[in-house]
Amino acid sequence: MSTGNMNLTLKVWRQKNNKTKGALVDYKLSGISPDMSFLEMFDVLNEDLITKGEEPVVFDHDCREGICGMCSMFINGRPHGPKDLVTTCQLHMRSFKDGDTIVVEPWRAAAFPVVKDLTVDRSAFDRVIAAGGFISVNTGNAQDANNLPIPKMKADAAFEAAACIGCGACVATCKNASAMLFVSAKISQLALLPQGQPERYRRVQSMVAQMDAEGFGNCTNTGACEAECPKGISLENIALMNRDFASAKFVSEETV
Amino acid sequence: MSGFGNALSSSIGRKYVMGVTGIFLILFLIVHAGINSLIFLDDNGLTFNIGAHFMATNWIIRAGEYILFIGLLVHIYQAVNLTIQNRKARPENYAVYNGSANSKWYSRSMGLLGTLLLIFLVIHLKDFWVVSRFTGIPTVDANGHEDLYAVMREKFQDPVRVVAYVLLMISLCYHLLHGFASAFQTMGWNHSKYNGIIKSTSVWYSIIISLVFALMPIAVYTHLID
Repeated sequence: MSTGNMNLTLKVWRQKNNKTKGALVDYKLSGISPDMSFLEMFDVLNEDLITKGEEPVVFDHDCREGICGMCSMFINGRPHGPKDLVTTCQLHMRSFKDGDTIVVEPWRAAAFPVVKDLTVDRSAFDRVIAAGGFISVNTGNAQDANNLPIPKMKADAAFEAAACIGCGACVATCKNASAMLFVSAKISQLALLPQGQPERYRRVQSMVAQMDAEGFGNCTNTGACEAECPKGISLENIALMNRDFASAKFVSEETV
Repeated sequence: MSGFGNALSSSIGRKYVMGVTGIFLILFLIVHAGINSLIFLDDNGLTFNIGAHFMATNWIIRAGEYILFIGLLVHIYQAVNLTIQNRKARPENYAVYNGSANSKWYSRSMGLLGTLLLIFLVIHLKDFWVVSRFTGIPTVDANGHEDLYAVMREKFQDPVRVVAYVLLMISLCYHLLHGFASAFQTMGWNHSKYNGIIKSTSVWYSIIISLVFALMPIAVYTHLID
């Protein structure tokens, strides 16, 4: 890592818990290396704060290699910052300029209440998955993979949907805090494959009902979610979900 | 629970209602723009008045008018409903929100554009629909038909009204630009072989319809026709 030479002003959202009101607090940072990741820059800030005897900024992170979906910062008005197809942990300080002011906020949605500072509770996503984002199979020996022929196109589309890491950037950036991109990706990854067929229409109804119950907003097709998704999840998944939902409600005889 | 369950009260069901009524209104605009374009024949409104007379007297069209108003009211009601829900879904706003980085301004402003169109609609209905259906058209043309064209000519002598109509047709253009393609996405009519056609049709439809409508007050005011 090169020697740090960047000076930055951070405006960071500080909020004690869900019951109290939060506010943006200014922090001056100097000697930041352009090769640091955004989270490493926050580590430097927190070490400073701890040295001074202040409360460090709480933020979610885990793998720091863009695959776990834990990091979740709304940076200068965009989830995961200014770069496309990266998570906050994969964002580097070279994407900013010396002397920049950077505003960092938590995901904001009624369904994602703030736990503390930049950490929000995303368990609403877990409950949507629990409502139907699975296939039910008997345990036992796995059968030979070639027993189930799957067209390459479908396999690819299912794989691309399955790339969703559930970070919630789609909800964070949507002007309506809608979770349609996340939910549709989790539906598509199963609806496109043979193993997902038996529960296909039950699944879409249950998961959409849970999504609505969690208090996410409604999709208005602005496309912001697709543009900001660090994994490039396509809006086509939402169209597929809408289509499956209509089939489930008006054609399928199974009601949920 | 009935077989349809909560189909229409769910978030996707509500979107379907917006999409279906939207497509219905899109089809209506084609008819409306088509018949009104008859003024461009420049025959002192004679053909246009025949069209207007047919629309006013044919019982299928009159029944369709009720469906049109119901469709419009449902579209507005559902839009207000969804907007209220969407506001609730984000109780605390961002200090910094860079919407232009990831979406078109008009896709984020459908409520504002729609409200402008609603205000326009009230003025527009008062200008023409109330006159033709209730208060009565004062004159008849050379064919003996009620002269709706004369009403149009009189209304579009007012430059303020002409400018207002043209500006609001720009709102219509942007509202359609998002609404047309959006309806297809909502209905799930998404197909790699047809997406390009849907997108280009959406753009051409929005531009042509708004342009045709905007040209009417301009043409009448500047005496391009007559």
